[in-house]
Amino acid sequence: MAEVLIKNGVVYDPLNGVKGEKKDICIRDGKVVESVKNPKVIDAEGRVVMPGGVDIHSHIAGGKVNSGRLFRPEDGRKGLEAKTKVCRMQSGYSVPNTFAVGYRYAKMGYTFVMEAAMPPLAARHTHEELVDIPILDNAALPLLDNNWMTMEYVNGGDIDLLAAYVAWIMKATKGFGVKIVNPGGTEMWGWGKNCSLNDNVPTFDVTPAEIIKGLAEANEKLEMPHSIHVHTNMLGHPGNFEITKETYDLVKGVNTVKDRQVMHTTHTQFHSYGGTNWGDFESKADAIAGYINQNDHATIDIGSIILGDTTTMTADGPMEYNLYQITGRKWTNHDVELETGSGITPFLYSGKSPVNTIQWAIGMELALLVEDPWKIALTTDHPNAGPFIGYPILISMLMSQKRREESSADMHKVIYDKALLPSIDREYSLYEIAIITRGMTAKALGLHEHGKGHLGVGADGDVAIYDMSPEERDAGKIQKAFLNTKYTIKGGQIVVKDGEVVATPDGKTYFVTPECDDTLTDEMLVKLKDKFDHYYSVTFNNYPVQDDYVPNPYEIKTQMRG
Amino acid sequence: MVEITDVVCSLCGCVCDDITVEVEDNKVTKVKRGACSVGKSKLMGHNRIKSPAIRVNGELKDCSYDEAIKKAAEILAASRRPLLYGWSSTVCEADKVGVELSEELGAVIDNTASVCHGPSVLAIQDVGLPSCTLGEVKNRADVIIYWGANPAEAHANHMKRYSYVSKGFWTEEGKKAKKLVVVDVRATKTSKMADVFLQLEQGKDYLVFSALRAILYGHEEVVPDEVGGVSKKDLLETAEMMKGAKFGATFFGMGVTHTGARQNNIVNAIQMTRAAHTHTKFTITPMRGHYNVAGINQVCTWETGFPFAVDLSRGYAWYNPGELSATDLLIRQECDAALIIASDPGAHFPGESIKHLAKIPVIQIDPFPNPTTEFADVVFPAAVSGVEAAGNVYRMDNIPIRLRKLIDSEYPEDEAILKRILDEVRAIKEKEDK
Repeated sequence: MAEVLIKNGVVYDPLNGVKGEKKDICIRDGKVVESVKNPKVIDAEGRVVMPGGVDIHSHIAGGKVNSGRLFRPEDGRKGLEAKTKVCRMQSGYSVPNTFAVGYRYAKMGYTFVMEAAMPPLAARHTHEELVDIPILDNAALPLLDNNWMTMEYVNGGDIDLLAAYVAWIMKATKGFGVKIVNPGGTEMWGWGKNCSLNDNVPTFDVTPAEIIKGLAEANEKLEMPHSIHVHTNMLGHPGNFEITKETYDLVKGVNTVKDRQVMHTTHTQFHSYGGTNWGDFESKADAIAGYINQNDHATIDIGSIILGDTTTMTADGPMEYNLYQITGRKWTNHDVELETGSGITPFLYSGKSPVNTIQWAIGMELALLVEDPWKIALTTDHPNAGPFIGYPILISMLMSQKRREESSADMHKVIYDKALLPSIDREYSLYEIAIITRGMTAKALGLHEHGKGHLGVGADGDVAIYDMSPEERDAGKIQKAFLNTKYTIKGGQIVVKDGEVVATPDGKTYFVTPECDDTLTDEMLVKLKDKFDHYYSVTFNNYPVQDDYVPNPYEIKTQMRG
Repeated sequence: MVEITDVVCSLCGCVCDDITVEVEDNKVTKVKRGACSVGKSKLMGHNRIKSPAIRVNGELKDCSYDEAIKKAAEILAASRRPLLYGWSSTVCEADKVGVELSEELGAVIDNTASVCHGPSVLAIQDVGLPSCTLGEVKNRADVIIYWGANPAEAHANHMKRYSYVSKGFWTEEGKKAKKLVVVDVRATKTSKMADVFLQLEQGKDYLVFSALRAILYGHEEVVPDEVGGVSKKDLLETAEMMKGAKFGATFFGMGVTHTGARQNNIVNAIQMTRAAHTHTKFTITPMRGHYNVAGINQVCTWETGFPFAVDLSRGYAWYNPGELSATDLLIRQECDAALIIASDPGAHFPGESIKHLAKIPVIQIDPFPNPTTEFADVVFPAAVSGVEAAGNVYRMDNIPIRLRKLIDSEYPEDEAILKRILDEVRAIKEKEDK
């Protein structure tokens, strides 16, 4: 029996209410246990100890990530590292190769990452890359909002049949939860158009609002571990904060039996914009945070900007086209039949730009203005607002007003009249940082019930030991500590020691298999098979992801409510 | 007799997946529906390499797999500048082992894209690619352009399954309600079907793309009466057709990637698509040749960061096509050993590079004998992916599909052969380290 004892650490384990207590962690056979007999002892010597990090939203694997790598050799060259006895070769900064994704996350103390967008038709691709990412446990969210099946059931008000379709897609793609990206808009992009929340989507005769509400109801009928995960309409448009708020209101009345939100909106920074154009563009983080503070049905992740060059990529095809028109840089697009689309374009976030400066402020404003950290998650929407490797910068910013003041002084002066950041003096504690990087994210995904995001007895033996004392207030030292752990332990195995990867076990892929009534499924399949017979370019039998693609499975079963 | 449906074809980039075959006594006896004649021939099976072999005194002599593995590993481990090339007519599972073997050896890994759509990749790295899946074309496209491509003969099911002849959601009338434009240097079986056939002069594609771009951007006055052998009248008519499309789709082939301005042709083709996009929805897609050439580009990219022509001698990936593609390396007589898998440089490379290949030790892995076999020094027969072995492949629009195994094989799969070579190379290196 492999046993590990981590002693003398100062533990932050928010899901168990542990707020910086000196506490031993015992691990046996990969799980946290009460006590151990003959363990390998790791002396944490008063350092900060947290559960392994859980990223709720990151683009790390699949078709558009790889298209980003392929068309940006200039980014690939930024992150070259030679193979070692333990590690394979690494490349890339905003679009790292699969090996680098695993190593770099593990070095930051993360042990679970959610791939945020999986086109169902190309799900095999996402899984092929997930398998190739070392160390990290993972899962992926299939896109379900621009699917013709979804829109037809929403149009007919057939929520039970919609749930049967969602269940089938989860099983066919080995997916984890329902992803929504610019509902209706991506279908309209098939004709080069876009739409907003209450516009009608021609042919299917539905509105994005109806799609979101329908999927939220179907999701709760299936008792999915995660809520619907929404990229709201009109990403990146000045004045879009009203649409974001309206989107939250849509699902206010949706009931859930789970102890969590009914909607998670992602990269909310991009959806918290005021003004009517880029000239009078301003932060509305206060309006969004105010809504979240007053309501309990919605959570957000921030999607905060990391200054510098990055690669933007999303299933929101029209948005990427707009961005490419602004920058004139290269642009890739890939529409996916009957389901979704995608666009990719490089982008430089510059502190000299007034718009980028306000965007940069908004992400942090959201984190600082939402009072309850259990409603908010740390993300950069990697790589859209910046690469995940920037998380330690954000952590140090949230923990240090001094660092924010110093950084603000280097930004465009617009920060002092169109943004709120300079007026906020809140500083995150380590306990709050632990919430927004593991406790909240595990709970919002429903993974706390499966051993993620905490260190209670029975939890996975995933631990991060940061090389800093709990009293550390120097922002630079905080950033450094969160970039390279003293130790990262994954399933009871030391994978990072003194900032170096020392072992690369395979991660597990988590997926949900919702069961529903056979007659319902049979009725749904009649409609679905017709789509395959006439409109899909692959056959019904060749569509589902075979078991071969998920060699390390972790299955979560759910049952549809009657 | 067993009937197997949803069989996936492992011939060209179309990766047709609705084929039905009959299998009897571990043989494909009949291809009932779905496949074109070339695909059918592959499924039915033909002339195979019979046994592993090692060349002794100029003659290939049959040997065991163990002997061939040992010999191949010795050649590779002793090489100072190995080249591992091919990878397009096998599955991604094998390609992954290929990258790992290249990494272990510090080899250059390159794939057939470098003599095929490599210029398209360079163009995409310059300007990006506004594209879509083939089902999007089937359901929406009412204007189809084939440029430097002859699908009627080279991708025989392409028009029927995905484009001009197919019927989809908004295209239920099929070709009656669509327009077909063909651009080529000569009349072909495809051009005979076209509503508009632009016959241009060899190597003048760049000019014709430029002329169409100018017209689409509203600058027809700068276009002369004739461009690259095409009249202005025809160009204006084509541009009007493109502007009037509800959804336009351009497909381009070898006729543009390896003539005249090469990758700049493709940059211009993509820029023409962007110009059309200012009027309506327009997409552009390369007609990939081998069934999994898109797949090796995918695997090589997610594992090394780069799609082809990757040098791993530094321990990290160094990408520089023009210096590091297989033909560059061979013409410079730089590599001193080569592993060739699932491809045939003996038939397709320039003479000068074949000359060097014939001089150095060559290891070949392939189900079928081909001109490369004539000078290979170690030969491994392999199972035929898609008939005797399952695995993942990427269609020309990068949609991943799993090949099915239909019958058992007496030969090992590519992946298994490569893994054994890798293990043997590691064993040799470990010994040397001691």
